[in-house]
Amino acid sequence: MNDPIIAIAFFVLAAVLLISALAVVMLRNIVHSALFLALAFVSVAGFYILLNAEFLAAVQILIYAGAVMILLLFAIMLTQRANTPMSNVSNSQAGLAAIVAAAVFVVLAFVLSKTSWLTGAAAVTQPNTEVLGKALFDYYVLPFEIASVLLLVAMIGAIVIARED
Amino acid sequence: MNLNLLLPEISLCVLAVVLIVIDLLLPQGRKSILGYIALVGLAFPAVFTLSLAGVQQVSFSGALVVDQVSVFFKLLFLIAAALVILSSFDYTRRLSILQGEYYALVLFATSGMMLMASTRELISIYIALEFTSITLYVLAASIRNDAKSSEAGLKYLLLGALSSGALLYGMALTFGLTGSTVLNDIASALAQRGISAAAVLGLVFIAAGFGFKIATVPFHMWAPDVYEGAPTPITAFLSVASKAAGFALVLRVFLTAFEPAEKTWLPLFMVLAAVTMTLGNFVAIRQTNIKRMLAYSSIAHAGYVLTGLAAATAGATSGMLVYLLAYTLTNLGAFIAIIAFSGQVGSDQIEDYNGLSRRAPVVSLGLAICLLSLAGVPPMAGFISKVYLFAAVFDAAAKNSGLYYLVVIALLNSAVSIFYYLRVVKAMYFGPAATEESLHTAFSLRVALSAAVAGVLIVGIYPTPVMQAASVAAQVLFH
Repeated sequence: MNDPIIAIAFFVLAAVLLISALAVVMLRNIVHSALFLALAFVSVAGFYILLNAEFLAAVQILIYAGAVMILLLFAIMLTQRANTPMSNVSNSQAGLAAIVAAAVFVVLAFVLSKTSWLTGAAAVTQPNTEVLGKALFDYYVLPFEIASVLLLVAMIGAIVIARED
Repeated sequence: MNLNLLLPEISLCVLAVVLIVIDLLLPQGRKSILGYIALVGLAFPAVFTLSLAGVQQVSFSGALVVDQVSVFFKLLFLIAAALVILSSFDYTRRLSILQGEYYALVLFATSGMMLMASTRELISIYIALEFTSITLYVLAASIRNDAKSSEAGLKYLLLGALSSGALLYGMALTFGLTGSTVLNDIASALAQRGISAAAVLGLVFIAAGFGFKIATVPFHMWAPDVYEGAPTPITAFLSVASKAAGFALVLRVFLTAFEPAEKTWLPLFMVLAAVTMTLGNFVAIRQTNIKRMLAYSSIAHAGYVLTGLAAATAGATSGMLVYLLAYTLTNLGAFIAIIAFSGQVGSDQIEDYNGLSRRAPVVSLGLAICLLSLAGVPPMAGFISKVYLFAAVFDAAAKNSGLYYLVVIALLNSAVSIFYYLRVVKAMYFGPAATEESLHTAFSLRVALSAAVAGVLIVGIYPTPVMQAASVAAQVLFH
């Protein structure tokens, strides 16, 4: 964060992410919420670029801002409701939730600002896609394989829930 | 990398896929054979697990460990899965449940729980936990066209996602402070760098994520609704196997990775244990639905087990293992009896249990034995496991005097719990029956109930082998 341009980029991205995330939760029209979610996904991709993780950034855009968003918008379209402008349901506990969220934020901000984090000594390899691939299929092969079974289960589960007799 | 260590999990996944393929080939009306295949097929993972007994090996870059603890838990999950599958034969036929997928998902969930008991690296732990959870969300919602079951699945999913978020946040903080995701390396980094406030935050978030899995107060809100709405065999599965898998993770993560921070989490778990058992028991008293009553009772039992973690000695850990096994057999027995009754009576209300002992004497006796075991009455397994666990916690009180009070609270709670368990027994044996017509119970349910009750009595009367296995396993976590 010594480079002022990176610092400016970080704060701009952070502002965009926070505002769009809040909009996702607070807007009354569910279509608007979905579009702001796409913006939030894109700004997270921006963070990955700042962190020199260009492969993650590309995946974030492709999968989240691309595939997940399309699915989400389709789901919203297919479950058309009568009153779209008021389609995002909310309840009376918003005030309470705001207080809890604020309290958690204060505690986290206070503690985390006083922490000395462990940072790696070596610089990040550029480009790191190859390193990432090797790590995934070597060091992290167990979680990778469990994740593939998880996807199979998710697919079966979707069929179980959605299938018409 | 040693694939032999993963054979129990792999064989379960293969069996599940085979079931789905056979399901496609079977004509409508012949589907009930799937349950038998699933049950018999469990012999493979059982044999593979038994062949790993006594092995002490780490593999997959430190992500996977096979030791006595994981083998103990894996056998516990297999027992639970076998009884759940056996008690589902009648249930899935009666309600509209897709049998092939249902049994396959039960096997996948068992495989996920086994992985939870065997992983010792944060990313693998998280993925194994999600694997199990996603399977269970679907199973909770698997009764078709049933609003309560869908509600159970949705509630479980939403609150589960929240707890996953907390867990991941805690893991991220821990990684940022220690630079490693392997539990042993986290422990040495924490010991070397000291326990900062951020480490405590990470620990608390991780405890919250696991607390949801084992349903401790204040992360228990999902349990009653999900237990009530889910198919009853799945409720039984959630209340024993999923909870035990959560405890397997709690034991490994806190006794290994956070061992240097013991002074921080001992009081935390002491308070959690006391609050959890007290709230669980007192709210259980007011319940009129037996599934909700057992949900709160299972919260209370999570509190009893947590007393062992608050003591954090090898003896107390071995007590936790014995307690979890006894609780698994007992609670499964109780739920199997409930499945048998609700199939005939069509209700889960306690008032409808009036006079059932005259209509279904054998099943009533089975349920009574299980409820008395849950209450901790000798000679059932619930009694001996309570004595074993609380005595070990009491022994540890020499170095931590707060544990005296914890044991006293636990004993008072056990006394309170007798009240609501006996209320059901009283209704069955002394309540006025609406009719005297005798109830027919499916053969598979009678076999399942007999097996569970036999387990409860055997562990209750001759607990030595279980205790020996548990204390050998517990030693592993305290080198």
